[in-house]
Amino acid sequence: MQQVIKWSRENLFASRMNALLSLASLWLIYVTIEGVLSWAFLNASFLGEDKSSCITRPHGACWPFVTAKFNQFIYGNYPAVEQWRVNIVFALGTLGLSLLVAGRINFKKQLAVLMLTAYPVLTFILLSGGLLGLSYVETNQWGGLLVTLVIAVTGIVVSLPLGILLALGRRSELPIIRIMSIAFIEFWRGVPLITVLFMASVMLPLFLPKGMNFDALLRCLIGVSLFASAYMAEVIRGGLQAIAKGQYEAGKSMGLSYWKSMRLIILPQALVISIPGIVNTFIGLFKDTTLVMIVGIFDLLGIISFHFTDPNWTSPQVPITGFVFAGLVFWVFCFAMSHYSKSVERRFSVKGESK
Amino acid sequence: MSGKHIIEISYLDKYFGDFHVLKNINLSVAAGEKIVICGPSGSGKSTLIRCINHLERHDGGDIIVDGVPLDDKVKNIDHIRSEVGMVFQQFNLFPHMTVLENCTLAPVWVKGIPRSEADALALQYLERVRIPDQADKYPGQLSGGQQQRVAIARSLCMQPRIMLFDEPTSALDPEMIKEVLEVMVDLAEQGMTMLCVTHEMGFARRVADRVIFMDEGEIIEENTPTAFFDNPQNERTKLFLSQIIGD
Amino acid sequence: MVAAFIGLVWWLVDNTVANLASQNVATGFGFLGNNTGFDINQKLIAYDETSSYQRLLLVGLLNTAIVSVLGILFATLIGFMVGLASLSDNWLVSKLAFIYVEIFRNLPLLIQILFWYVLLIEILPHPKKSFGLWEVFFLNNRGLYLPWFTTLPGGGYLLSVIGLFGAGCFYVARKARNMRELNGQTKAYVRNYILIGVICLGGYLSLWGVPFEANLPALKGFNFRGGLSFTPEFVALLVALSLYTSSFIAEIVRAGVLSVSKGQFEAAKALGLPSSVTMNKVIIPQALRVIIPPLTSQYLNLTKNSSLAAAIAYPELVSVFAGTALNQTGQAVEIIFITMSIYLFLSLLTSFLMNTYNARVALVEK
Repeated sequence: MQQVIKWSRENLFASRMNALLSLASLWLIYVTIEGVLSWAFLNASFLGEDKSSCITRPHGACWPFVTAKFNQFIYGNYPAVEQWRVNIVFALGTLGLSLLVAGRINFKKQLAVLMLTAYPVLTFILLSGGLLGLSYVETNQWGGLLVTLVIAVTGIVVSLPLGILLALGRRSELPIIRIMSIAFIEFWRGVPLITVLFMASVMLPLFLPKGMNFDALLRCLIGVSLFASAYMAEVIRGGLQAIAKGQYEAGKSMGLSYWKSMRLIILPQALVISIPGIVNTFIGLFKDTTLVMIVGIFDLLGIISFHFTDPNWTSPQVPITGFVFAGLVFWVFCFAMSHYSKSVERRFSVKGESK
Repeated sequence: MSGKHIIEISYLDKYFGDFHVLKNINLSVAAGEKIVICGPSGSGKSTLIRCINHLERHDGGDIIVDGVPLDDKVKNIDHIRSEVGMVFQQFNLFPHMTVLENCTLAPVWVKGIPRSEADALALQYLERVRIPDQADKYPGQLSGGQQQRVAIARSLCMQPRIMLFDEPTSALDPEMIKEVLEVMVDLAEQGMTMLCVTHEMGFARRVADRVIFMDEGEIIEENTPTAFFDNPQNERTKLFLSQIIGD
Repeated sequence: MVAAFIGLVWWLVDNTVANLASQNVATGFGFLGNNTGFDINQKLIAYDETSSYQRLLLVGLLNTAIVSVLGILFATLIGFMVGLASLSDNWLVSKLAFIYVEIFRNLPLLIQILFWYVLLIEILPHPKKSFGLWEVFFLNNRGLYLPWFTTLPGGGYLLSVIGLFGAGCFYVARKARNMRELNGQTKAYVRNYILIGVICLGGYLSLWGVPFEANLPALKGFNFRGGLSFTPEFVALLVALSLYTSSFIAEIVRAGVLSVSKGQFEAAKALGLPSSVTMNKVIIPQALRVIIPPLTSQYLNLTKNSSLAAAIAYPELVSVFAGTALNQTGQAVEIIFITMSIYLFLSLLTSFLMNTYNARVALVEK
């Protein structure tokens, strides 16, 4: 107890100003927690088949909306009998990621390569089917969290290698390659993603011969991937610049070709340095996936907003609850990623100091 | 203790977490006295002088500077800091200001001296450290020795009664150590009260009234420079001196 | 390879031309002069159904500009406050700042915009039951209404004179403060300057009367008229952009201050500088070199992010031009080209200015 008092005197009430700030903060915390608790629990409705229970409790969350629509929020209109395919994809992804992040295994590198190559192919086969006796599921039936994750993972898988190439291109000694890389990077970084998506949805069809139809989801995937590649390129360029010049010279003096010295010496170091930046780009990409809803793709946010129009669920609290739910899901993903990137950063700084 | 002591440190204790850095230190410094503090790294000598201007908060015991007790009262801390100048190992000049601006910042903002007077004062002290012609340069344009002399001038501009030196020559190239020490000797000859953490034994012999040897947070030995160097009493002092001279 | 590339481009252009021809869509920029035929609900300059697409583009651009400028202002204020708070000695204050950053940074901006928007339109009362404050401020699900004024003849002139005088006052006070020559003489000088201004203003007003008229919002029919009004779309977008961006700015400010070495704080302390002077004269100027480049890119992001307004139909550039105008005219290629060019220009201009700035503030070294 005495220690508590001593601690709070030093950390909360060191001066009159500090005491005032502490009291104001306590008040702020109280108001926020009280507001959140009463909205999310005390005044909320939890059970019900439609809006009726929510309308009787106008000052609290309408959780029945989330529980009733939960399956669609996760899978969209993916046929119920085929949802096991989605579950396998989710399970494999979770397993691979947790092994990569937390596992103390000695085949991490191979696993990372598998996750970036074999996993996406397998995912594609499982999700869209039409092969190996799996029935074909059109992408307009995909939706919810599934689509959000498909876009995010595709963006990550495409943008990493493309970003590396662009970053190398920007540092190339061939003027044509350098200028084209710079133009590409600066173009995508200079425009808002929404205009890219508009372009993908209204202009891509114009570029192709009549009758050749582009899948709407695929158009978004292309737009998002190219957009993310440009940002990734700049992060990796930062990593490349941080590598001491001596490393490049050492590679050359050993008689390694450009590609060999990049692959064996420079990139492994540059990528490791860039991990925090790469993860931050992933976080940005993940948050940006919500924009596809504006061009009519039913990602998690899109499908939640779509269900607001369900006449069984028209109540003022429904959209608020829906957005809070969407926010929670996205927040957990982003927070986990940023936590990971910070821990990596910390590990690096410790390594750097012990040198 | 008698009132003529300008610094009185009694029963001083200081911890970094669980680590006991300063153990029951007692030290009195008379006005005008020059003290050199030496000891192996980690012995607490820097921490000791950093307690005197409250860069480090002490955990037990008393420090009285010029009659003012050093406690948590902001007013007392401010008063003591305006009387005590400090020179750091890494100079710590403000890199975004010119030499002159570095020197006038505190007189203008702490003492409220008009800028023109502050400029004149700064130039006078820059002359004393022998670099009046560098006033309009930025710290980054000067050599290490010049930077350290600016740092001394910057402290002097506050017209302190006491100067603390925390290893002022340790970060300097050998050829620049002399120019800084000369400035410090000048300062000593003009009667400044000085506490120097340094391993410059030549400087200690020439200037110090007392040499203090610290190890593991305690004052092991204190004596006049001649007695200290020629006839050390403690085994640890002997070992330390043999290592220094062996260098 | 070059041949293949040219071939590809030719194939794409050929397809596009064929597609446009078969859809009967006009090409070229001639449509910019046509009438739009629709009105929009927030415009800073005169605009109605008979205005041209060119005018529409300008209206959208101005709406982008106003939400971006205000957003940048608020995001900077909140961001600096939170960033400095996260460095506070006060345990609670710094923890709260961290929580703030973690919450707003990790939530997609679009969700935040939609959340504030539905909160405003679903939870706030109808105009008849508005929240009012002193009968001049009103908040309801149609928007936020503030008292404003209209200028009578001579008012604009007087306003600009007052503005000039204020700027002069600011300049004099700042100069005196900077020079730290606030001895009796300068103080009296500043006081006299203000006194003369006040006397002149009083004289003008008593001779010619007040050239302004209060313009208060009042309920007329189903909604409020008059005053300064902001639509819920504008308020939701502004709040979301400010909070989202401020969380990034807070991190930038924090990193910037931490980048200043500990020795700088110690040297300032040892000289006896009060903490406000230490911050303003020693730490912030050095931190700003680190802060300003990423800060600018946050400003640019905020401006680009204002395009998410398309989701709640706030009439900014993308929403009215790349949205409504594109649907009306069908001239996708031209419209997307113009829209992207504007953003691209803005972003290249910013990075040019940043490079200039970086070159200028680089610390002077040997």
